[in-house]
Amino acid sequence: MHIAEGFLPVVHCVAWYAVSTPFVIRGARKVIQEAKEHPESRLLLAAAGAFTFVLSSIKLPSVTGSSSHPTGTGLGAVLFRPPVMAFLSTIVLIFQALLLAHGGITTLGANVFSMGIAGPWVGYWFWKLSSRLGWHRNVGVFLALAFADLSTYLVTSVQLGLAFPDPVSGLAGSVAKFMGVFVISQIPLAIAEGILGVLVFRLLTDVAKPELERLGILRPVVKEAVA
Amino acid sequence: MSRKTWTTIALIAALVLIFGISFVVGGLHTDPYERFAGTDSVATSTIQESNPDYQPWFEPFFQPESGEVESGLFALQAALGGTVLGFAIGGLWGRRRSERSPATAEPNGPAPEPAT
Repeated sequence: MHIAEGFLPVVHCVAWYAVSTPFVIRGARKVIQEAKEHPESRLLLAAAGAFTFVLSSIKLPSVTGSSSHPTGTGLGAVLFRPPVMAFLSTIVLIFQALLLAHGGITTLGANVFSMGIAGPWVGYWFWKLSSRLGWHRNVGVFLALAFADLSTYLVTSVQLGLAFPDPVSGLAGSVAKFMGVFVISQIPLAIAEGILGVLVFRLLTDVAKPELERLGILRPVVKEAVA
Repeated sequence: MSRKTWTTIALIAALVLIFGISFVVGGLHTDPYERFAGTDSVATSTIQESNPDYQPWFEPFFQPESGEVESGLFALQAALGGTVLGFAIGGLWGRRRSERSPATAEPNGPAPEPAT
């Protein structure tokens, strides 16, 4: 999902910066607010950011013979709502753009939009949908992480399609072409990310139960009075 | 073993299976010149093929000179993230422990909030 440095026309770079900036500013405010008002959730906040940091650094093989990397943004979106992830993803993407020449500063706005805004929101909607349907929370976590991952790559395909419409088949053909590069490769990775997310979430429900109850992720168990 | 432990084992086994299958199936039809190329670089070459006139208008300030250096920097990123993740989960674990057994907790009260 990292659009390489210089690989979007200037107008597109500026436009994606303009779209993403307010989300990132709001996310930064939310992170500061959360850390100030609820110091007890700082460790969870760090865990959510670190999870994205680790997952986006790992390139994994896929059935298509390409390799790609997960995004890890769904977990933080479920725990702290999506705005926080816009800010945390931006930190990850700046690190990768400057130190690894992966992604870029000119394409940062577009990459933040796909990984830090679209992905987390889609994942969060799946989490909400799942809990509304009364499904087990682990199912919700699986869906949130898998779809945050997959939708990030769908958005990247659209972004590249918009920038480089195919001379013959136009915009739709171009989007389909980039989806061919990204999406099928990403499906097994998204499933794996969902499973890994469930593993981490089960660990968190063991060690961070009161924090998760305060965030409304776990319903507090009402202890029955001893007769 | 408890049901919980079995679930954990089953989930880890599923992860291993997914990448095992990906590796074998992907290996059958991967590009022989660049096995398991990153999708990000495949997208870049797709652009260059369909729009040969397009010139990237900006270059990265710093580019790792070799694949070895690059993979080391990626490992650094994973290590940083892993350290913070481990610290956070360890911190939460310690918090629960000191809550559960106040008698054995440090004499100064609950563990201090780690500085951030």
